[in-house]
Amino acid sequence: MENRLQRLFVEKQQGLLSVYFTAGFPNLNDTVPIILELERNGVEMIEVGMPFSDPLADGPTIQHSSELALRNGMTIPKLFEQLKGIREQTQIPLVLMGYLNPVMQYGVERFCQKCQEIGIDGIILPDLPLAEYVEEYKEIFEANCLSKVFLVTPQTPEQRIREIDSHSNAFVYMVSSASTTGGTNNKGVENTEYFQRVKAMGLKNPAIIGFGIHNNETFAQACNHASGAIIGSAFIKALEKEGSLTENIQSFIQSIRNQP
Amino acid sequence: MSYNVNEKGFYGKFGGAYIPEMLFPNVEELRQNYLQIMQEPEFQEELQGLLRDYVGRPTPLYFAKRLSEKYNTKIYLKREDLNHTGAHKINNTVGQVLLAKRLGKTRIIAETGAGQHGVATATVCALMGLECIVYMGAIDIERQAPNVARMKMLGAKVVAATSGSKTLKDATNEAIRDWISNPLDTYYIIGSVVGPHPYPDMVARFQAIISEEIKWQLQEKEGRQNPDYVVACVGGGSNAAGAFYHYLDVPEVKLVAVEAAGLGIDSGESAATSVLGKIGVIHGSRTLLMQTEDGQVTEPYSISAGLDYPGVGPLHAHLYDSKRAIFESVTDDEALQAVLELTRLEGIIPALESAHALAAIHRIGAKPDDIVVLNLSGRGDKDLTTYLNRFDLNGK
Repeated sequence: MENRLQRLFVEKQQGLLSVYFTAGFPNLNDTVPIILELERNGVEMIEVGMPFSDPLADGPTIQHSSELALRNGMTIPKLFEQLKGIREQTQIPLVLMGYLNPVMQYGVERFCQKCQEIGIDGIILPDLPLAEYVEEYKEIFEANCLSKVFLVTPQTPEQRIREIDSHSNAFVYMVSSASTTGGTNNKGVENTEYFQRVKAMGLKNPAIIGFGIHNNETFAQACNHASGAIIGSAFIKALEKEGSLTENIQSFIQSIRNQP
Repeated sequence: MSYNVNEKGFYGKFGGAYIPEMLFPNVEELRQNYLQIMQEPEFQEELQGLLRDYVGRPTPLYFAKRLSEKYNTKIYLKREDLNHTGAHKINNTVGQVLLAKRLGKTRIIAETGAGQHGVATATVCALMGLECIVYMGAIDIERQAPNVARMKMLGAKVVAATSGSKTLKDATNEAIRDWISNPLDTYYIIGSVVGPHPYPDMVARFQAIISEEIKWQLQEKEGRQNPDYVVACVGGGSNAAGAFYHYLDVPEVKLVAVEAAGLGIDSGESAATSVLGKIGVIHGSRTLLMQTEDGQVTEPYSISAGLDYPGVGPLHAHLYDSKRAIFESVTDDEALQAVLELTRLEGIIPALESAHALAAIHRIGAKPDDIVVLNLSGRGDKDLTTYLNRFDLNGK
């Protein structure tokens, strides 16, 4: 059975905007309002971050939002409670993103079952090794209609990109440059050699570019090389601005979609 | 049962390489090359030469007569405190920096808790003419000021980790983030038997020289290679891994690992991972980890910056789980008392970390004829401010 993520890529292969935010930030109960507002503003896909105390792959912005979310009381059970019934309100593809340890403590199989119950479509766990996923968890993910999304970077060898592609069934997450999220190395989306090299490989999955995408210019650049782009840190910063959630989200998404 | 790492990087159910894809090429490069490089005759020749002439090895195995009398057993101190830079840490940094050079890396990063690993890394970088960046928790920068000064003197850049508990765990996070952002020219010298495979095994192998020397030194002094007990403190566990290494498969040698209880196991201010932790993933390794029910890493506490870590190396998790090693824990106060005791009985001022091991001697049940080898992992110079604040030295 196809999930919403897979259906999305059948319907649309270009200019997809995916937005990441940390659940429980800025306020504990903002999760569902943010999802609904993003959908109203025409975002195609949403990544909901499960905060972790030690987010190794994240830059200062998401470290900060994670810390605040945890202080607000966000946990995996709390997030599931908030998302219960979300499918009566929206059909937008939802991906949960977080680190392995909290999921391990919840129990991977129980986590996957709960995700299916709620209507989650994909999972990103950057520190779950590909080999362990394939050996121990792939069946569980697939049985629960969950697409596991893997990252590739400019340094990932071709053979490994192919291996990742073969175990993926939604999209490949292309990390734009060697960097943590938010891109302190921010070269934007200039690494065209890498994007073209991956494009030329003719992967079975579409690619989405993330890390360092922060305005309409970088979003447009990313869309030239892939099916779409993911924005995280820049959106988190927008949520912190003065003004209502609705206003902040609306003006941010408009600024991204407008032609530069 | 085997206590060595298997081909997948696991010790029993602990270990592995739980890293984001960004780190995969570097960790994989290391995994494929470390054993081969370490076995090259030229590498060994260079390493052994440096350990002998630069680090000052072998370190003495010293019979501590007055300490032995006090505890009514035979206590030998393995004097890792006499190494260049004042602790065992340099055994590993000398090895890893040679490996980094063979891999063509030009920029070295490291994390440090007490600052001993930072100093040992800055030292070998100065020796090799390599750029060096050391991440250190903001709290540790304050409580280990002399080591910060030494690193700067040696030309290293010391970067404060200001997230989380601002100690070793957070310094490690920042070092990993640096490596993610600088994948091509940078080599990460991890200071303990933690991190993704192959680090725990590689660091243990570089520290194994400690037990290699104990064996022949004890043979010379006592006519036997095997003591009854080997005692060492454990934060991440590198000095213990080195002191245990050649005895892992010798069941008659009892291995004692001593953790920091901080203000007490049940005080909420502790770093005794074996008691307080459960299986989880930290810094790329599946191991015992202090964490909440929801899998968030707990902020540990110990007076000793080098033991102030919420995890433990996967080898030690396995030694605990399989009951191969006995785990003890020692409070701040007990460790401080042991500092003063060794200082006054033997004229040796130990590091706070090593004092934890000393404070556990009376608990292990050693008999008068038993031989106890205690790994004195470091000297106390870096802790003098703490000692002066905590001891009333007037009139004593």
